[in-house]
Amino acid sequence: MEFGNPLFNIAIFLAFVVVTLVVVIRVSKQNVTAGDFYHGGRAFSGRQNGIAIAGDYLSAASFLGIVGAVALYGYDGLLYSVGFLVAWLVALLLVAEPLRNTAKYTMADVLSFRMRQRPVRTAAATSTLAVTFFYLLAQMAGAGALVSLLIGIEGRVGQSIVIAVVGVVMIAYVLIGGMKGTTWVQIIKAVLLVTAVGVSTVWILALNGFNLSEVLGKAVAEHPDGATILEPMHQYGTSGASKLGFVSLAIALVFGAAGLPHVLMRFYTVPTAKEARRSVVWAIGLIGFFYLCTMVLGFAAAYMVGVDVIGTLPGGSNSAAPALAYALGGTVLMGIISAVAFATILAVVAGLTITASASFAHDIYNGVIKEGSATSAQEVRVARRTAVVIGAVSIIGGILAAEQNVAFLVSLAFAIAASANLPSILYSLYWKRFNTRGSLWSIYGGLGSALILITFSPVVSGAETAMIPGADFAWFPLTNPAIISVPLGFFLGWLGSVTSSETNELKQAEMEVRSMTGAGAEKATQPH
Amino acid sequence: MPSSPQDPSSPTPEQFQQVQRSEDFSRLRSSFRSFAIPMTVAFLVWYFAYVLLSTYAEGLMSTPVMGNLNLGLLMGISQFLMTFLITWLYIRHANRNLDPIAEKLRDELEGEH
Repeated sequence: MEFGNPLFNIAIFLAFVVVTLVVVIRVSKQNVTAGDFYHGGRAFSGRQNGIAIAGDYLSAASFLGIVGAVALYGYDGLLYSVGFLVAWLVALLLVAEPLRNTAKYTMADVLSFRMRQRPVRTAAATSTLAVTFFYLLAQMAGAGALVSLLIGIEGRVGQSIVIAVVGVVMIAYVLIGGMKGTTWVQIIKAVLLVTAVGVSTVWILALNGFNLSEVLGKAVAEHPDGATILEPMHQYGTSGASKLGFVSLAIALVFGAAGLPHVLMRFYTVPTAKEARRSVVWAIGLIGFFYLCTMVLGFAAAYMVGVDVIGTLPGGSNSAAPALAYALGGTVLMGIISAVAFATILAVVAGLTITASASFAHDIYNGVIKEGSATSAQEVRVARRTAVVIGAVSIIGGILAAEQNVAFLVSLAFAIAASANLPSILYSLYWKRFNTRGSLWSIYGGLGSALILITFSPVVSGAETAMIPGADFAWFPLTNPAIISVPLGFFLGWLGSVTSSETNELKQAEMEVRSMTGAGAEKATQPH
Repeated sequence: MPSSPQDPSSPTPEQFQQVQRSEDFSRLRSSFRSFAIPMTVAFLVWYFAYVLLSTYAEGLMSTPVMGNLNLGLLMGISQFLMTFLITWLYIRHANRNLDPIAEKLRDELEGEH
């Protein structure tokens, strides 16, 4: 099936790049210090930052992937969106405000606050880079797949060129704009994405007399599997291992979001903890609304586009959302939805790059190599160079991973974040006895076990859909490691702490009082 | 150290410890924990109830309730409502009960030098 107009899609996408680059250049005039580069002078309001968080979080995988999954599998597709949203309560209740109050630039600032600096900082930076790397790969690989559908570029060479262009534009955003420019890109993108999805949803509901049950009824009537799409375990219910794998994925989703370094870093762009709280409220509102809409869009795609047609599209189920836009609003709506989806990848990649480069420059270069003696100008120079290196690595990685399963890479990033980062974040904020050995065991134990279990799971080998289809060295039956690696991260954090006598009462007092009251916290460095 | 700049205006470690042992601070801590911990337990229970029932009680979750909406779909939508509700409750609790004590302690600490 031919649909949409590739030239029109490219034009809308280029318009987005031009507008955002102009904004980035305009807002970045005063990026001088390390603080300006990492957190935009902490001058963003809670609402602005909340919209930017939604921009960082709503990646192409969650937009295209969930609409496609709901269209094909119905009920089971919804389970993702529920986990992605409920996870924000962990961030709101336990993480956002104390994090804003205790740290300066990175996740490692919090984790190393009352520990021995160098080992804990190294560990936290390692897991930051690991999570960010897998997340980046997923986005870059997704860009290649999306492009073949949206702008009619097919074949490996064409896709590789597009991935390289995405990488270069993203490096430009980060180098020119720093955190401030990147935040504005996220805000523009989030507003476009949520508006486009919201308008399409209201349109579909209006065609059905604002009756959700009618949308479901039409989907059931058109879907080859009929009423079973409204029942659970259509996709995951094939065996005991696939069911348990699903429970494991649910664990990764709900505990992963509050451990994603690029999300955590957003809490530093606001002036106070109260604004951090306000950011999360805005983010929860937008993300919740967005996922409710994707449910309607998914069921609508099942009857307006048809499951058989979706199966024949280039890009498969990932193309359900653009195809639905075409069925609903013709070339124009399809062009807008496609450009927004592509812009989404660009913005998320920029957010990830700045997080990884900040972590390398601030934690590894300044914290570990220079032991805190580097000047802010030196740190920014290293951060900029790192951004270029990360951009180059992710272009190459994206080209190599173009054929890989995007959802697998994202769920790996969530599983690592939940196993390596969240236990040590919660312990260091709320458990007095937690110490250096506990931190190291928890971070490396969670990270290592998650990586090992993934390597020996059916995702990598021993299954038809595996990354290495010919080989079979899998002994771990589940597709997601979180059910083992998350409890292990918590257990090792406890075990390491109780077997080490180290305590630092003064530092613990400072951290606890700062985290709860905001006394002595970093203030805004630029006026609102 | 990069994480704790020792500029002269920040409170000393001893002052922090003093505040940590104060009555106001233990009131703040218990007010925070007595809200956040039960809420966290509550939303995790409801979330995993939904996940586990969807995985291991497909028949029950497929029970029709309203038109084409069955028990499982409604329970899924209820997760969204729960998230919005807990967010609203937390904001109310923080504005009423946490912020006033936190501000008082912060002013004491930052004003004392």
